[in-house]
Amino acid sequence: MNIHEYQGKQLLKAYGAPVADGVPIFTAEEAEAAAKKLPGPLYVVKSQIHAGGRGKGKFKELGPDAKGGVRLAKSVEEVVAHAKEMLGNTLVTKQTGPAGKQVNRLYIEDGADIDRELYLSLLVDRTVGRVAFVVSTEGGMDIEAVAEATPEKIITVAIDPETGVTDADVAKINGALKLSGEAAEDGKKLFPLLYKAFSDKDMSLLEINPLIVMTNGRLRVLDAKVSFDGNALFRHDDVKELRDITEEDSKEIEASKWDLAYVALDGNIGCMVNGAGLAMATMDIIKLYGAEPANFCDVGGGAGKEKVAAAFKIITADPRVEGILVNIFGGIMKCDVIAEGVVAAVKEVGLKVPLVVRLEGTNVELGKKIINESGLNVISADDLDDAAQKIVKAVKGN
Amino acid sequence: MSILINKDTKVLVQGLTGKTGTFHTEQALAYHGTRMVGGIHPKKGGENWTGAKGETLPIFASVAEGRDKTGATASVVYVPPAGAAAAIIEAIEAEMELIVCITEGIPVMDMVKVKAKLDKSESRLIGPNCPGIVTPDECKIGIMPGNIFRKGSVGVVSRSGTLTYEAVFQTTNEGLGQTTAVGIGGDPVKGTEFIDVLEMFLADDETQSIIMIGEIGGSAEEDAAQFLRDEAKRGRSKPMAGFIAGRTAPPGRTMGHAGAVISGGKGGAEDKIAAMEAAGIRVSPSPARLGKTLVEAIKG
Repeated sequence: MNIHEYQGKQLLKAYGAPVADGVPIFTAEEAEAAAKKLPGPLYVVKSQIHAGGRGKGKFKELGPDAKGGVRLAKSVEEVVAHAKEMLGNTLVTKQTGPAGKQVNRLYIEDGADIDRELYLSLLVDRTVGRVAFVVSTEGGMDIEAVAEATPEKIITVAIDPETGVTDADVAKINGALKLSGEAAEDGKKLFPLLYKAFSDKDMSLLEINPLIVMTNGRLRVLDAKVSFDGNALFRHDDVKELRDITEEDSKEIEASKWDLAYVALDGNIGCMVNGAGLAMATMDIIKLYGAEPANFCDVGGGAGKEKVAAAFKIITADPRVEGILVNIFGGIMKCDVIAEGVVAAVKEVGLKVPLVVRLEGTNVELGKKIINESGLNVISADDLDDAAQKIVKAVKGN
Repeated sequence: MSILINKDTKVLVQGLTGKTGTFHTEQALAYHGTRMVGGIHPKKGGENWTGAKGETLPIFASVAEGRDKTGATASVVYVPPAGAAAAIIEAIEAEMELIVCITEGIPVMDMVKVKAKLDKSESRLIGPNCPGIVTPDECKIGIMPGNIFRKGSVGVVSRSGTLTYEAVFQTTNEGLGQTTAVGIGGDPVKGTEFIDVLEMFLADDETQSIIMIGEIGGSAEEDAAQFLRDEAKRGRSKPMAGFIAGRTAPPGRTMGHAGAVISGGKGGAEDKIAAMEAAGIRVSPSPARLGKTLVEAIKG
């Protein structure tokens, strides 16, 4: 789960991180009051969307010469003018795709005098199974480009969970970022508290790009991208409240209510599969036979027939879907449960597109019997290859 | 020989009394009499578990007690996500040789803590978020459907549960059968990686060929490919087929498995396929052609 920059900064501030003063606003009318709460004379007006590249992003409605999604202002009036221009418009960045994202929230922040821009992030390094700091002196730019061009400038420091951030770890990070004096002292406080915030709140990514050294020699968190581990949300009610569902696909929101792993895609063949690997492989084989999947959908292992029916309804409700492939290799998932769920959903919402069902594994005979006796117009398939070819053919034949 | 488990392996079940644990324990008992020897429940020690066909197993209050009273060396974990890490740690502290965690959805930070304890122990953890291990006709730990297996010569190792079934089913249909199938699980932090299992398969005389199934995210497939290249230089190699799931997955989105995400331009399918092919693995473009691709690899 992702949150907005201002929410991430508020969270880090509560842990004691050096963050600039700032005020989030939802309407242009709030801009003046927000700016007046800040010391000035320099302000930053930042679009709050769940995507990176905002500074270089362009507003669809404003023409190519308009400024981007992050703007400097030197007066309260300028803040208000920017807010009026930005709110409600659609920001297109390299991460949003061509459709862009509507800007519904702005963050008005106190400006900073920057000496150096650094990169710092925390993530779980899967090669060692530990939380790691990833740092670089090359901040403020696309870190993937840095990794490509100058990988030696990116330094990783993994943290032993039984000791937490040690003095030696701090020294390594300070050294990698070439911090000295007051900035190094700030680092000594900052790094352990970021680690604590990451661990306490079950984050999956905490990215500060840039972390800056100000002209007064102190550190400041200038941006914050925070993602949380969806599997740990059950123990963080405070984090769940930060969710902004206007940033999410409506089908994905409905799927998340049922705890379904669902990702909306651009094709026309809806898929319902058990197991993430098989679900990905099903997308891959659809593409191999010349069509495109409309979604990734893993109904998981322990789903009951209600959950299966919910998944089927989400898929059929997608107007792009011109055919559906149900591909089940039952282990923990029993084929009869899938069959009952599909039959129940079809009886409720009807079936207007071709449906191919391939069942194999636990209780397969029972599952096939339920489908066969349901009287539904189902094309059955013997294996994955057969199933993929049949659905692609059925859709192309339309 | 098989790897990891055989007909003599005695298995405890953590989470036996739940619906999932009960169903799959019944299935395991029915699978050539896998030696499931007891369940663990802190409050139900001393009671008995009864399956749908009247099977009974003793319940112990702790893993350590269960191990002492049954001589079990393996434990399978079906405990729900919030308590699964504690269950694994209990099994590590009871010095179980093999711990197989089926549970899906364990918080990553919990697994970071488990990994730290695991690294200091002698225990081997398979999973979490995995389908388990099967040595055909001998022992079934986990949730794989038993009827698709056949005793034979192929070692199967996979990050994906259901794709493990595909590989098993297809090698059965090709008449090859399996020595052992191991699902290592789809989480980013896990107990056992490809390399560990590949080493066991290379060392096992009965395993004559190997199927390896990876997916997008991380670099475990690339690491495994490098390992295989190094071993081949020492003269150790077996015919291999492979598959990578997620060729069509969009970057930055987690595809069901917490570990399956292309991030920072890394973890994409094409790099993994290239690395595996460079290590001599025949990578099938279709998950439906794993068996046939392996047959081709064996013919050379």
